[in-house]
Amino acid sequence: MTIAPAGTSGSLEQDDSRSDRLVLEKPRTRRQRPSSQRSGTNFEMYSWIFMRMSGLLLVVLVLGHLLIMNILDGGVNRINFSFVAGRWASPFWRTWDLAQLWLAMLHGTNGMRVIINDYAERDGTRFWLKMLLYTSSFLVLLLGTLVIFTFDPNI
Amino acid sequence: MPAAPAGTLYRGREGMWSWVAHRVTGVLIFFFLFAHVLDTALVRVSPDYYNRIMDTYKTPVVNLMEVGLVGAVLYHSLNGLRVMAIDFWEKGPRYQKQMTYAVIAVVLLVMIPGTYFMMQHTVEEMFGSTT
Repeated sequence: MTIAPAGTSGSLEQDDSRSDRLVLEKPRTRRQRPSSQRSGTNFEMYSWIFMRMSGLLLVVLVLGHLLIMNILDGGVNRINFSFVAGRWASPFWRTWDLAQLWLAMLHGTNGMRVIINDYAERDGTRFWLKMLLYTSSFLVLLLGTLVIFTFDPNI
Repeated sequence: MPAAPAGTLYRGREGMWSWVAHRVTGVLIFFFLFAHVLDTALVRVSPDYYNRIMDTYKTPVVNLMEVGLVGAVLYHSLNGLRVMAIDFWEKGPRYQKQMTYAVIAVVLLVMIPGTYFMMQHTVEEMFGSTT
């Protein structure tokens, strides 16, 4: 790790591209805010809150879903088309599944966004990985939503 | 070019490994979620296609993977609650290590009977019913 006092002129300034450079600022200088805050929004804070709020709901929704589908009363062995038709006859379970789908997809996509930001170091790699993530998440979310709303037991 | 790795701040104990496990389980669950929305979407194609994909869920190997999935979701859920306790409970940071072991204990306690109920049918089919 390179340690350099801020505002030092000379050869150190050419080294600004290095992300691992720890800059020691002069006393009483105003703190340089990260770029997301400079733009005036608090996106990362809302993302942090969303992960906790959605996580809390998902604990109930997903663990309930897994308990019913995989463990109770024969688990996965009793699941087939008529089982799904029976469950989705009830607005309660359709609402459950819709909430679960949206919260899990957004929670998972945001988690993947954080992981891409952490490990993909090149700007271009980060950009394209996130485009791939957002596009595929959008398509899966759209498909899942359409399936829940347009399900037809007499297909 | 990416810079050479900087010095590490990872401390390598309960706190770091629970974080690593949270990431790994999170990514695995996310990829399964994609597959799961796609397989469930087959109910909109035909009952026969849906039943055929559900039959693969009932094969021994996939059944075993479901046990892994339930364990991963359970760990991710409980460790998520631990993270929230660290964030919002004033004594959370002090007890983060104990909470890690509590998470592991609950996962094991639930997964032992859980695995039994999930694998019961598969085992009976492979080795014959005990009743």
